[in-house]
Amino acid sequence: MSLLSIRNFSVSIENKEILHDLSMEVEADTLTVVMGKNGTGKSTLAYALMGHPAYKVPSGEAIFNGEPIVGMAADKIAKMGMFLGFQQPVEVPGVTVVKFLQTATRALNGGELNYDIFQEELLTVLEKLGIDQSFLYRYLNDGFSGGEKKRLEILQLLMLKPKLAILDEPDSGLDVDAMKVVAEGINMARKNGTAILLITHYKRLLNYLNPDRVIVLADGTLARDGGMELADKIESDGYDFLTSQIS
Amino acid sequence: MKDNFTTINEDYKYGFSNPEDYLYKAPAGLNEDVVRAISAMKHEPEWMLEFRLKSYKKFMEMPMPWWGNQEIINAIDFSKIHYFVKAKGGTTWDDVPTDIKDTFEKLGIPEAERKFLGGVTAQYESEVVYHSMKKEFADQGIVFLDMDSALKEYPELVKRYFGTVIPFTDNKFAALNSAVWSGGSFIYVPKGTRVDTPLQAYFRINAKNMGQFERTLIIADEASDVHYIEGCTAPSYSADSLHAAVVELVALDGAKIRYSTIQNWSNNVLNLVTKRAAAYRNAVVEWVDGNIGSKLTMKYPAVLLKGEGAHGEILTVAMAGNGQHQDSGAKVFHLASNTTSRIISKSISKGKGRASYRGWVKTIPGAENCVSDVRCDALMFGDESRSDTYPRMEIYEPSTKLTHEATVSRVQDDQLFYLMNRGLSETEASSLIVNGFLEPFTKELPMEYAVELNRLVALEMDGSIG
Repeated sequence: MSLLSIRNFSVSIENKEILHDLSMEVEADTLTVVMGKNGTGKSTLAYALMGHPAYKVPSGEAIFNGEPIVGMAADKIAKMGMFLGFQQPVEVPGVTVVKFLQTATRALNGGELNYDIFQEELLTVLEKLGIDQSFLYRYLNDGFSGGEKKRLEILQLLMLKPKLAILDEPDSGLDVDAMKVVAEGINMARKNGTAILLITHYKRLLNYLNPDRVIVLADGTLARDGGMELADKIESDGYDFLTSQIS
Repeated sequence: MKDNFTTINEDYKYGFSNPEDYLYKAPAGLNEDVVRAISAMKHEPEWMLEFRLKSYKKFMEMPMPWWGNQEIINAIDFSKIHYFVKAKGGTTWDDVPTDIKDTFEKLGIPEAERKFLGGVTAQYESEVVYHSMKKEFADQGIVFLDMDSALKEYPELVKRYFGTVIPFTDNKFAALNSAVWSGGSFIYVPKGTRVDTPLQAYFRINAKNMGQFERTLIIADEASDVHYIEGCTAPSYSADSLHAAVVELVALDGAKIRYSTIQNWSNNVLNLVTKRAAAYRNAVVEWVDGNIGSKLTMKYPAVLLKGEGAHGEILTVAMAGNGQHQDSGAKVFHLASNTTSRIISKSISKGKGRASYRGWVKTIPGAENCVSDVRCDALMFGDESRSDTYPRMEIYEPSTKLTHEATVSRVQDDQLFYLMNRGLSETEASSLIVNGFLEPFTKELPMEYAVELNRLVALEMDGSIG
């Protein structure tokens, strides 16, 4: 049984259908890459799977860890072990990073939090990601640079240890050094046993990772399903090869 | 007249041991006889009776305030209100509404205290604590009494300052309070004395503070320091629909007073309170004022910066849920040179709640180099809540430096979604956003109050989003 099974999945926003009849599987312990042009529905897929109320699923289903999740509230899906790393994380002024991490850890552990274990893990993760401890006492994403926001998403990924993490363009707007940190974090998450569904435009992040599979979306549905060769092709030729080959 | 009341209330000295008798004798509504009766019953000095009578006349003459919620205040029927001291014990635990009992439970407040806060019992077991505190204070020369006792024990001190910061002519509700006041706290801190622990426990054991028209006066003598905490985050049930208090603070040269309140009246109460401080040379006054309960609150803690170098600080929070209107804010008058002030006002409105910020900053000609920073932030949930800002700036001195910043933000679905994505329920996510928004306020509160406030926010947010 796949960890995530998407069958004939359509998604619409404000009555406009963005994703059409998409079917795909994500296996446990794998890194699946989703590529595609802007506006092909990559982020839509992420938001819809995670239960954003504005994203409607008129047809199809998504089975996560054996349970249908369409129509479920985001916190319930999170509690089942799915995580979304945001392309643009929101700011919550007045709430420190550490308080937020504690609150989330507690929420995902049935209301329990072991402070000793939490602290030990947190310090380890901070060190591995090269993040200064002062970061913990800043307000959640408030006044963060683009790079800091992405790093915080990775920090959460490593602390919350989901079964499946959908990462929506974790590399956008990053310089090479920051991107290496993100790649490092993704590799660490995989060691934690987290399966990754990675959304990206570019191949450059993939050079630091070891994807099992590359999927290309076009016009709101699956266009190609293969391996790194697809990413190489996109890197050299752009997305036009999709249409030129079909015609 | 006086004699009549003495007979009826022979046992006054020990409190109203038989309040129903008194309730039976005294009619609803206000007239000169009722005012005289209140004064006589308390065996007050002549000057206080005179003060009450002229206040009563003023109350009758004065128009309603032009600000706040006109619809609600103009609908007050003064003839239906009982104006005498309403002794607690008139209600029973069974009379306290279930939702309030539930909230006590959820906040984890002990049984005895619940009954007290519910207005059922007049005291609870920490009376012993109060007495030991009293001894400690007495050794330092600190006077800490309910206002009625203070008038008897320290008549000169009371007379010297009573009504000097808020004249009875100030506004209709201050006039009303001046005419019929009862209970409240009186504090005098001697020169150079610092009171290390906030004076707070007292409140929970002094039922007289819970009165409808309480009157509080705090005098911090030169270079003294005191922090007073009124109320607590637990809901205060009151069967009375009108609460009109007056609080006067006097910070003499170099003194510091901090006054913290979190009012959480039950949602039938009109909370129309006048709070004002006079800060003399190099004195500091800080109001930390939270408003969660009531149907309508109209309250604008004020500081009159009367001496050079004085500083006023007002931090207010208002939380308006369905059916509530919180009209709150702050006033600072810079009446001397080199005075500084800071106002931070935070409001939250949700459901059909309405939060208004009403502020007034003034500098007078010749009060040079005054600095004032005003910041008001509003946070709104859903599409039906309302938030208004009514700032008033009167700057008659060109050397004044004034900054005013205001923000309004509506909680976005994306914010909630982000947090829910990390396993927080919608209620938990909303509470976290609100707690973060209130952080500049809560960090100024003693720890146990901050914790209680955070829990209360969670209760307020529960199931009432959108």
